Amino acid sequence: MNNRIKASFDKCANENRAALVTYIMAGDPDINTSQEIVNKLAEAGADIIELGMAFSDPMADGPIIEAAGHRALKNGLTLEKTLNMVENFRQHNNETPIILMGYYNPIYIYGVEKFLQKAKRVGVDGLLIVDLPSEEDEELCVPALEKNISFIRLVTPTTDNIRLKTILKNSSGFIYYVSMTGITGANINDYEKVSKNVTEIKQQTDLPVVVGFGIKTAQDAQKIAQYSDGVVVGTVLVRAIENSLKEGKATKETINAPLNIVRSLSEGLFRKEQKNKT
Amino acid sequence: MDKEQNLQNSLKNNPDERGHFGKFGGCYVAETLMPLILQLEEEYEKAKNDENFLRQLSALNASYAGRPSPLYHAERLSQELNGAKIYFKREELNHTGSHKVNNCLGQILLAKRMGKNRIIAETGAGQHGVATATVCARFGLESVIYMGATDVKRQAPNVFRMKLLGAKVVPVTSGAGTLKDAMNEALRDWVTNVENTYYLIGTAAGPHPYPAMVRDFQSVIGKELREQILDIEGKLPNAIVACIGGGSNAIGIFHEFLDDKQIALFGAEAAGYGLEVKNGHAASMSGGRPGVLHGNRTYLLQNDDGQILEGHSISAGLDYPGVGPEHSFLKDSGRVNYVPITDEEALEAFQICTKLEGIIPALESAHGLAQVLKLAPKMDKEEIIVLNLSGRGDKDVETVAKYFGVEF
Repeated sequence: MNNRIKASFDKCANENRAALVTYIMAGDPDINTSQEIVNKLAEAGADIIELGMAFSDPMADGPIIEAAGHRALKNGLTLEKTLNMVENFRQHNNETPIILMGYYNPIYIYGVEKFLQKAKRVGVDGLLIVDLPSEEDEELCVPALEKNISFIRLVTPTTDNIRLKTILKNSSGFIYYVSMTGITGANINDYEKVSKNVTEIKQQTDLPVVVGFGIKTAQDAQKIAQYSDGVVVGTVLVRAIENSLKEGKATKETINAPLNIVRSLSEGLFRKEQKNKT
Repeated sequence: MDKEQNLQNSLKNNPDERGHFGKFGGCYVAETLMPLILQLEEEYEKAKNDENFLRQLSALNASYAGRPSPLYHAERLSQELNGAKIYFKREELNHTGSHKVNNCLGQILLAKRMGKNRIIAETGAGQHGVATATVCARFGLESVIYMGATDVKRQAPNVFRMKLLGAKVVPVTSGAGTLKDAMNEALRDWVTNVENTYYLIGTAAGPHPYPAMVRDFQSVIGKELREQILDIEGKLPNAIVACIGGGSNAIGIFHEFLDDKQIALFGAEAAGYGLEVKNGHAASMSGGRPGVLHGNRTYLLQNDDGQILEGHSISAGLDYPGVGPEHSFLKDSGRVNYVPITDEEALEAFQICTKLEGIIPALESAHGLAQVLKLAPKMDKEEIIVLNLSGRGDKDVETVAKYFGVEF
């Protein structure tokens, strides 16, 4: 497993808490503001940073994240510049794992080999590519694993046991459990089902399991933190950025808007009971 | 031995078991959808070998859609062009006015088999939306149709038709509000309601098994054509022409003839304002390059950063930045010639057909016709060229009027 990712989950386990995985869109609303937010996320309490790679047609995302991607693209973001943001971040922080999340086409057009080389060099730890299921592992997953870049997969409520085995086969880093059938930013209706499914996945793998989609408040996060290894928040941070903008441009509140949420969420991730590891 | 070798060399064997047409096709979708897509693939494999299913489909094709569609000798047009003998395969006479119903009947039977009671679809010109709403009405299923907000405006009569048929029409405002955006939104709905919902994709694109399945349901066009032309002319045509948006009517008429190498096949792509106009056309093969979108690898209109462009065509049904993966394969293999046709050329063909044959073609089909106008005069009088007249143009009358500055 990638060292930064493992170290991060180990640290959280030692502190008896879930990891806070934060998602923001690279380059939203502009590259400088976004860079500053990313650079301050860890200090605010993020254990792992997911950086969205903007795409014109994000089929699995809700309107909030779609709009963020379009803002970033409009302001000149490219995949190359997204990788440069990671490079810049690594000059200040060599511990916090960075996961790039997005869709395959921009990587395909950039060139898989060229992308992986640069990703490795700038310090990307993992990739989460929404439209690359295990059926297409040869495209990017296998070459990424050869470079020791983790390939993180989604497990969803529609995943049955046979499918889970297929998904786990080339998974690395951690498993991302999607709390619902739906797009980013929707609501979780059934917490019990989430808990049951996460427990079942953990019986099948030693990889940490994080839960994402639909986590909006500190209370949501705390509930999920009791049985998962990590909690992903994305839409709520991206919305905070959006709400701080004026005519689509950053204001003096923009940088702190998501960071304040991260600060408050990070306090709610401690587990109430000592986890029984046997 | 020879026969075996021929089978191996056949262009009709695609896709492979993982949905690849050469390097194109595949299955690039979110994990939430994978179990359902695998189930769909399994169910379709069973259905296409199930005599009951095939009999039911064939009966509906005959009594509900009105198949076989006639093969019509366009005599006055042939005379006017003074070249090849021109035939129209009249898919516009099908129930709902286009070839779209062929695919909808097949897929709705499949949805029933799978126990899904909610049907979603995307539509551009509204032809597929109308066909979907129609078969849903026929089978008593709920239908939700996603349509770009721009298209909702330029295809108002079809929107009303869908509503009359009991469908819920959802205008999609993201992007340019055209077919691509409608497809994104339909995929989002599907990811959310995967348990009870069947996504009835309207063209031979999307993730495996859709491109192969839609092609199979549309292949009835080419199969009928072979019988009809042999019956009327005693020989096969020299050329076949069809328009290409996603490319379902084209693959439907081409597929039967892929191994008849002496027949020239032409796909007319929408060149909009012209290929040289940046973001001013929707010709993904003539003016794009391979990429991955909406579940498959295929030729796409995109920029250097892999972001998808909107494209433009006067025809809402061709206004899509991609194309079915089998067409990408047939382009690279050289079997089919894909040619760009501008808005202007299509509009001219639209008028010629209307005046000479008394048939108002859909603007989509008029792109194919424009290619016929280019080819026929250069061919001998003994030669035969067939146009797939995929849809009727009533829905486009308003668009055409507006183009000529006529207000109702």
